[in-house]
Amino acid sequence: MAVAALEQEILTLRKHRQLYSLIGLLLVVAVLVSGYSKSNAMNSGGFLQGLSKFFDYPGEIVVEAWEAGPAFFGLIVSFAPAMLETLNIALVATLLGGAAAVVLAMASTRNVDSWGPLIPVVRRVMDVMRAFPELIIALFLIFVLGSSPVPAMIAVAFHTAGALGKLFSEVNENIDRKPIEGLSACGASWLQRIRFAVLPQVAPNYLSYFLLRLEINVRASAILGFVGAGGIGQELRRTIGWGKGAGDETAAIFVLLFVTIMLIDQLSSYMRGKLVGSGRAH
Amino acid sequence: MATDTMEPAVTHETVWRTVRRRARITVLVPIAILAYLTYTWFAFDVSALLAKSQPDRAVILATDSVAYKVQVEKNFRRGEFKVAIEGERTATYDNAELPDWVDLDGDTAFIDLGDGYSVEIDGKTALFAIPGYGVIKGTATDKGVDTVLPNGPAPDWVKVDPRKLNVRPTLDRRLQVTKTKIEVHNYFGGWENFWFPFRSPLYGMSFSQLYALALSSDRMDPETSNLWFIVDEFLSNPDWQHGDVFVALFETIMMAVLGTLTAALFGLPLAFLAARNFTSSTFLRFGTRRLFDFLRGIDMLIWSLIFIRAFGLGPLTGALAIAFTDTGSLGKLFSEALENIDNKQVEGVRATGASQIQRYRFGVIPQILPVFVSQVLYYLESNTRSATVIGALGAGGIGLLLVETMKTSRDWENTSYIIILTIVVVILMDQTSSWLRRKLIEGK
Repeated sequence: MAVAALEQEILTLRKHRQLYSLIGLLLVVAVLVSGYSKSNAMNSGGFLQGLSKFFDYPGEIVVEAWEAGPAFFGLIVSFAPAMLETLNIALVATLLGGAAAVVLAMASTRNVDSWGPLIPVVRRVMDVMRAFPELIIALFLIFVLGSSPVPAMIAVAFHTAGALGKLFSEVNENIDRKPIEGLSACGASWLQRIRFAVLPQVAPNYLSYFLLRLEINVRASAILGFVGAGGIGQELRRTIGWGKGAGDETAAIFVLLFVTIMLIDQLSSYMRGKLVGSGRAH
Repeated sequence: MATDTMEPAVTHETVWRTVRRRARITVLVPIAILAYLTYTWFAFDVSALLAKSQPDRAVILATDSVAYKVQVEKNFRRGEFKVAIEGERTATYDNAELPDWVDLDGDTAFIDLGDGYSVEIDGKTALFAIPGYGVIKGTATDKGVDTVLPNGPAPDWVKVDPRKLNVRPTLDRRLQVTKTKIEVHNYFGGWENFWFPFRSPLYGMSFSQLYALALSSDRMDPETSNLWFIVDEFLSNPDWQHGDVFVALFETIMMAVLGTLTAALFGLPLAFLAARNFTSSTFLRFGTRRLFDFLRGIDMLIWSLIFIRAFGLGPLTGALAIAFTDTGSLGKLFSEALENIDNKQVEGVRATGASQIQRYRFGVIPQILPVFVSQVLYYLESNTRSATVIGALGAGGIGLLLVETMKTSRDWENTSYIIILTIVVVILMDQTSSWLRRKLIEGK
């Protein structure tokens, strides 16, 4: 009897589950179908007309790059300073944002004895910092400071501080408290406990997240350049704005950007593998 | 003892070497970072930037985004007064219904700016009385402006020029005299005409009045119901363009949702091809992995530029750019998750005589579902932000609207309105996705 009732219950539960999965699936399909048809209608060019033109532009710049011949490599080298500027934006932003994130994380985790009343406040601050799209801060600062790499740097750093702060505080939550207790038994101050008990435990994970963020920030800095923040993005905007004739330069920037992003990705995933072992920082 | 256990002997020497290396790193790393920051200080030319920055623009933006001005203008060519919100033709007061701080009488006017500040306009002369300073007299002539200041040094809020007199003793009061016109600006807090346009019959109605109107059966417009009339008047407000802003926000969200879902749908099957334990062909695996790298490496910036060329402006362009980049990122993440699954579960399902499809469905999918769901939701959240940036590159949506309102830099309150809405949407998406994540993965 009891078994039969249990079986019945399991069956109804399974039916519910299947129903929910079906509803979920249908919902996703509905969103995709209606979304694509709607966005196709809203787009200034339709999908089908665009499809035939899809390879026109890449084809055009490849042809122009081909025609440039060996000079193409010279072009790539000539854009290296702009790429370096983008990398500088990303690195400085990650360094400053990362430093701020360490402070925020140390102030927002109960596990490392942060000051209680401050914890929820700092967490909300980090939420807001993460939510701010970089574009908005960058545009505002470009308006006040003028076109320069600094607005992009500040914008990226601001977002980085919030994003890394959250990840860092999650790392803090999982550390072993014994070293902290040992140190407080010797009468160590809060800063000393952070320095000698917390930091050695979290450093590899922090560094690994830092490198992951650096990858993301290189991409973000390149994009922000396009709205006037200098670096490779600005060069790209210039060459694209010229339209026909600058295809070889555009292609050179594309290649440079692609190679740099790949290199940084590979380098950082290799270093992250060394730091946290399994090669995955998630 | 050390020899007994065959452990390498730790000598005084090795300990010191380690300690010294440690100490060197602790000193050298901060020095290297500091040196790098110093280098970038010069590479970015920060000092020059600070020198030519325009903090006054930030002040203008800040005041203008929380305040609006009502301006009293006397144009000598037309010889008449005009009182208008933000000086716009569509928001001009009728001379019979002027605000009570303006007193017009033919060719003269008395404008009370509060706290003892007042402006008297008589013919082509404006007298600005400023408490604690005196009266500034500006007269427009055929050649320019004659200014008479009280004795003593001129304060820095008075800008005297033979062609233009500009007096702004406080942030919210201003007088401008040129040879063609006199303008007095009075600033008020808040966003003007936010709900309804100046000319609308609904202008200045309170919320309870609107509520009563919506329920009343007397139609304002015989064609439509009152509620719809109110909504329509609100959405088509020409100063704020609520309708357009909402459409743009919707476009941005659509880009993020469509792009992420598409990426997830294509990334998952491809991930099976890239995972060592599911695809034995090295060639296929290598090919799929390079495809992921290629899609990711090209980056959203380049994809959007290519798609804008092909498909024009709109949410489709942004959705495809996000979908292409993230098929690479999600595919890579999924394939790593697939390589780390526990094979025991798959073998257990196989032992019951399950087919290949059933093994995937009951042995593999349940294991990677949490990773799948949480990563897709993370990407959805971050793509909402990315979609604003792609929009600014030219794909449309709220990003483009923001860039355009900033470029015209006429009404900063519109810019702040868009900024606030964008941030609210991003925070909402963030909250929704973390709520869903909790619900789906931790089971409530």
